[in-house]
Amino acid sequence: MNKYRTNETFETGGLDWGTIFLFIGMVLFGWVAIYSAVYNPDNASIFDLSQNYGRQMMFIVVSIVVAASILIIDAKFYPAFAFGFYGLAIFLCIAVIFIGAETKGAKSWFAIGGFKFQPVELAKYATALSLAKYLSAYDVSFKNLKVKLISFGIILLPLLLVLLQNDTGSALVFLAFFLVLYREGLPTWIIAMAFCLALLFVLTLVLDDPDILIYSLLGLGALAAIGLRKSRSTLLVAIAVTVVSIGAIKSVDFVFNEVLQEHQRARINVLFGKGGDDYNVRQSKIAIGSGGLFGQGFLNGTQTRYDYVPEQSTDFIYCTIGEEYGFVGSAGVVAMFVLLMIRLVRIAERQKNRFSRIYAYSVACILFVHFTINIGMTIGLMPVIGIPLPFFSYGGSSLLGFTVLLFTLLKLDANRVNEMQSLHD
Amino acid sequence: MGNKRRQWFYYTLFLVVGLAFVVRLFSIQVLDDRYKSLSKDNFLKKVIQFPPRGLIYDRNGKLMVFNDATYDLMVVPRQVKDLDTAEFCRLLKITPETFIKKMKKCSVNPYRSSVFEKQISALTYAGFQEHLFEFQGFYMEIRTDRRYKGKSAAHVLGSIGEVNDKIIEKSNGYYRQGEYTGISGIERSYEEVLRGTKGVKNIIVDVRNRTVGPYFEGAYDTAAIAGKSIYTTLDADLQAYGEALMGGKIGSVVAIEPATGEILALISSPSYDPNLLIGRQRGNNFIKLMHDPLKPLFNRPLSAPYPPGSIFKAISSLIAQQEGVLAPGTMYPCGAGYKVGSHRVKCSHVHPSPLDLRGALTQSCNPYFCYVFRSIVDQRKFSTFEESYNNWHDHLESFGIGVHLGIDLYGEAKGILKKSDYYNRLYGKGAWKGSTIISVAIGQGELGVTPLQMANVMAIIANRGYYVTPHVLRYVDSAGLQVPKFEKRFCSVDPKYFPIVVEGMADVVKKGTARVAQIDSVEVCGKTGTAQNPHGKDHSIFFAFAPKDNPQIAIAVVVENSGYGSQWAAPIASLMIERYLFPEREQRRKYLEDRMLNADLINQKSGNEQVSH
Repeated sequence: MNKYRTNETFETGGLDWGTIFLFIGMVLFGWVAIYSAVYNPDNASIFDLSQNYGRQMMFIVVSIVVAASILIIDAKFYPAFAFGFYGLAIFLCIAVIFIGAETKGAKSWFAIGGFKFQPVELAKYATALSLAKYLSAYDVSFKNLKVKLISFGIILLPLLLVLLQNDTGSALVFLAFFLVLYREGLPTWIIAMAFCLALLFVLTLVLDDPDILIYSLLGLGALAAIGLRKSRSTLLVAIAVTVVSIGAIKSVDFVFNEVLQEHQRARINVLFGKGGDDYNVRQSKIAIGSGGLFGQGFLNGTQTRYDYVPEQSTDFIYCTIGEEYGFVGSAGVVAMFVLLMIRLVRIAERQKNRFSRIYAYSVACILFVHFTINIGMTIGLMPVIGIPLPFFSYGGSSLLGFTVLLFTLLKLDANRVNEMQSLHD
Repeated sequence: MGNKRRQWFYYTLFLVVGLAFVVRLFSIQVLDDRYKSLSKDNFLKKVIQFPPRGLIYDRNGKLMVFNDATYDLMVVPRQVKDLDTAEFCRLLKITPETFIKKMKKCSVNPYRSSVFEKQISALTYAGFQEHLFEFQGFYMEIRTDRRYKGKSAAHVLGSIGEVNDKIIEKSNGYYRQGEYTGISGIERSYEEVLRGTKGVKNIIVDVRNRTVGPYFEGAYDTAAIAGKSIYTTLDADLQAYGEALMGGKIGSVVAIEPATGEILALISSPSYDPNLLIGRQRGNNFIKLMHDPLKPLFNRPLSAPYPPGSIFKAISSLIAQQEGVLAPGTMYPCGAGYKVGSHRVKCSHVHPSPLDLRGALTQSCNPYFCYVFRSIVDQRKFSTFEESYNNWHDHLESFGIGVHLGIDLYGEAKGILKKSDYYNRLYGKGAWKGSTIISVAIGQGELGVTPLQMANVMAIIANRGYYVTPHVLRYVDSAGLQVPKFEKRFCSVDPKYFPIVVEGMADVVKKGTARVAQIDSVEVCGKTGTAQNPHGKDHSIFFAFAPKDNPQIAIAVVVENSGYGSQWAAPIASLMIERYLFPEREQRRKYLEDRMLNADLINQKSGNEQVSH
């Protein structure tokens, strides 16, 4: 070690303890919430393995052991095995479609003995490593169209396989990698267009008469054409944007009715208050809303205790926090996530090689998508999409997956001064 | 490198989303307090504790109406598991089709409990209860239903029934679907006294509607307060005896304690067994009774106006004396009848003529009272006949005729007493006079008096000038409850004019038309009536009070389409008076009693025998 810069030894071994504390805080808070969610006075022992909180305690212990192992393993291991992991993940993602266990219509689990394992967790990790590995190669420049296409391919392959498993929620998580690409030079207009299209999609669904959108776009387009008539290229762009937007609006009905599945349509309708069975979202909002400023207190959440909230130790764990710890607790969780994600971006920016930086951004963006969809769903800002809240939701695969994601980054970060600086991009 | 600046895009994105969430959380958790009550709606089940309904006793403390437990079989469809449907249907005595139909109805809200089967009989309950544990998701809820000690007084006691939407709306949220309320009779008039106060038990239930435990250890629970018992003015024995005497006859009996206005018996015949209108068969039986051509549900003593017949003569005598146009010694001839145009009002029987007032009352002389009526309505002191008629009309109203007396039961009719403008419309103003409406003089024509009003007139005469609003509530078994005060009202005739009428009525029983009503060792005052009517034979009417001095009971009896007053009404009244005054006395007029008890005038089995009077 310290082959190149012996004078920077003071930076070595610099584990980012702030992140570790946030991690520990979230995992423990999550465990307490799970305890509340499944608490019943007859089985109150925290180590009772027949109860979710007992098993989660076990997962936490396992995760800590794994985290420690990751910190011990040489940092070179991760780029070296990136493509190997990717190959394994793709293999498992295909295999699970054929031999996986079916839960709620999704074939995304392997059940081996008493344990269940979700290959998508490995796929997220492997995709993050592989994308970083591919883009950090010496001869790769993101300006190159071929490079862009291969990057997209790396992301889209697991995404499509997860879609085939009928696990739409997890598939959405892979969109996080497109956010990562923005930092690596994906043109702004692509991101902007994606946001605009998403906005148009929502507006078209919300408005009773979507034609109004078309007329206003035509109006805007006409104004732009008059204003920009001197510059031919921008004029062409304006016209193109108008045409594409109108096309998008016209295709919303098709996407909504033909591409989305029945339950997905129902969930979107519920989100926009257009009827349908909103039981889950209603109970979830009641739980969080009844928390008030300071919450009902530990084990006092009635929505939680008496099982009114569905999936309350997994996807809807945030309800328990909202109900028992109120605005203070639930805003605190939001703050913890925002802090963690900002911290991860800062860590990313201090990396001296591209691999670590791209990987760090991947972790931040994956967390961001989970955070946005999960909490957004529980407070009625997002349709119901079943993905866990990182570090909080009950589940071994998910906890282990996020721990591995995070601690690999911490290892890379701790090791950053030992790395040879990669070529600047 | 230029892209380093793009890190700010990420910071902004995270902060914007985080901030949006915090704003949203603040709005639903802190600003909007709707969710707190929604959460309460979820887990807090308010179980209503029904108080036992107050009992009803007669004036002597004899129990008339009491409670019996019935059971509603409740179901929470989502909790139903591994149900042995065949066994279930067998025990409950229902068909599988009924089971499917009921289950479907209950499954509208599968997490809430609904009534599967209402008012299960004690017998079915006993068999079913033993196996209840086998039927997950089902449980029994106790409700109280009414039972009646005897078969009498159905109209006075009334019944309870399930509340309808109108009642629920009017009760300002007191009643809920499926609860019971008084529908008629005392049950209805004194519902608020009898029903008591509901209690509430706050229970925590989980999402599958399973009870978890009491809410705040029951700190917000309220106990049910039992309904107050009511002592009615009825004499249960007299009521039952009267109903027996009225058996096989259509008509009414009203008996009042004159001094207090307390109703001792209120009989509508034919009646029905009040036990028919309870429990599961209530609906079916009600419809059957409603379609019965004899109208057993019709409360005749309160609602049926009859021509009063000759008994009206007593009232005329009093009014005429008050007006100063009649004295005890005034004589009018009878022999030739009273001539109205080409028609003559004659007596139905032969008696000496001319008669004085007392004699005329005793003989029920029709012409005499035509003269009396004319003397009242043809008075010179009034400038027009209409004014004079109105004066007479007002006198009658003070006797409670043509007005609501205000009895504490629903369904009281005013009867018929025409105002002068009715005749003005009919004949033209000024074109009618005493002779036009002469039939009123002998209690016929445009007059309708309910048996309650008749008995009340009798109470006025017994009291020599006043009555107390007739009522059925004697007292409530509790302190501090507001019990309505029943007013004492004087009629327009001075007490000094009453004795001669009382004497006349005493003579009616002693030596006149109602000798059949004589009772050993008691002087009964009475007056027969034989009211002509368009529906067939005359109504047999009798009203009386006894004893002559310090009267204890005033009574009016109407037996529809049965003949003379002395034939049916007078014996029944006499037997009832005797029973009331001497409950222990052995009946020596066995032949009379038997004839009354056995006569089936409805089916004309023994009603044909004509008895001279």
